[in-house]
Amino acid sequence: MIDKRFNLADALADIKDGATVMIGGFGAVGQPDYLVNALAEQGAKDLTIVVNNAGWNRETGVPRLLDLGRVRKIVCSYPKNSPAFDDLFRVGRIELEIVPQGTLAERIRAAGAGIPAFFTATGVGTQMAEGKEERAFEGRAYLMERALAADVALIEAWRADRWGNLSYRGSGRNFNPVMATAATCTIAMVHEIVDLGGIAPDEVVTPSIFVDRLVQVPAEAQA
Amino acid sequence: MSDAVTPLTRAGMAARCARDIPEGWFVNLGVGVPTQVADYVPEGREIIFHSENGILGMGPAPDEDKVDPWLVNAGKKAVTLVPGAALFHHADSFTMIRGGHIDLCVLGAFEVASNGDLANWTTSSDDRTPAVGGAMDLAAGARRIWVLMEHVTRDGTPKLVEHCAYPLTAPGVVTRIYTNFAVLDVTPEGFAVVEMVPGMTLDALQAMTAAPLVMA
Repeated sequence: MIDKRFNLADALADIKDGATVMIGGFGAVGQPDYLVNALAEQGAKDLTIVVNNAGWNRETGVPRLLDLGRVRKIVCSYPKNSPAFDDLFRVGRIELEIVPQGTLAERIRAAGAGIPAFFTATGVGTQMAEGKEERAFEGRAYLMERALAADVALIEAWRADRWGNLSYRGSGRNFNPVMATAATCTIAMVHEIVDLGGIAPDEVVTPSIFVDRLVQVPAEAQA
Repeated sequence: MSDAVTPLTRAGMAARCARDIPEGWFVNLGVGVPTQVADYVPEGREIIFHSENGILGMGPAPDEDKVDPWLVNAGKKAVTLVPGAALFHHADSFTMIRGGHIDLCVLGAFEVASNGDLANWTTSSDDRTPAVGGAMDLAAGARRIWVLMEHVTRDGTPKLVEHCAYPLTAPGVVTRIYTNFAVLDVTPEGFAVVEMVPGMTLDALQAMTAAPLVMA
């Protein structure tokens, strides 16, 4: 029987020092804080994290991981308004790779789709173009961007079945379905686990092939 | 400038911009003043608003007791969905932006140059925490870029210039600017004044603008 359900500690136990970890979410929605907090407990360090923004509330999630000194490098589009990030960045204790949001999503999508690089107009004529190959197609200039893969993706969905099919809620999809495709091991925190068939095939957003482990968030941990 | 000239308020600027958006367009509004454009769409005109975190058919902010914590806009503020709305992930959302499917993006700016260069993501090249978000994708990918901003900075420095001093978001993309004093188009001849607030003269507007103006 295929059963991807894990308890929290076991789901994260094999994340190693130096790992690249993708973390879903946009604003407070779709952020897998329950998993990120457990990763902070687990203790893996020298992490490269790939995440849209660097969070703001220091008690939880990405800022907590930053405050504990676990992150060597962050790849993101919008690290503003994060006191935890500012404190590290100001003293040169974290490396930053700033990526336009759409390029970030597409680099992740490309990795998931087996595409090593692609060309985009985003960033042409700006400081983002420094060091990148530029090429013209049909008279317009484009930059080459490389795919971005990870060892682990930590994502949040709303509902799962034991095979790992996922559905989402509200604006909670954001980076989650994209990151699920681009990591060696995708770990999803979910709010409900239903029987096989409990998510109608028409309503599956992330098919089970992209999901390795499921962790159900206990009711008392739900915000 | 004569004291009789009353600049538009931010709400007035948003309303003036909203009047020019035709029915049926898919529109992305930048964070800040541009977000207010949605509040002034003329009654009965259907415009579909996009939010880069995965929403088409975004509606206004909810009443406080009706906030859905699972639904935010690109500024991370609570929003609603209109009937007909759709939800999707980031790769699809930026396919809409980067693939030229969004008819219009209205953005704020630090500077716009007379050749349409846009500078709106950072005010220095060694910004302490640089943050670009979706600005470069929108600027390069949307079919039209309109800018909604005050004509000058708080200390009176022109924001419409010949060459941007701040780092560019994208070169040559802005086609129209709505300020608190005028509506201007970017043309091969430079900034062309389409409209001015009552009492404003071309000379007075020119004095607040660091690039030559022509009448449209």
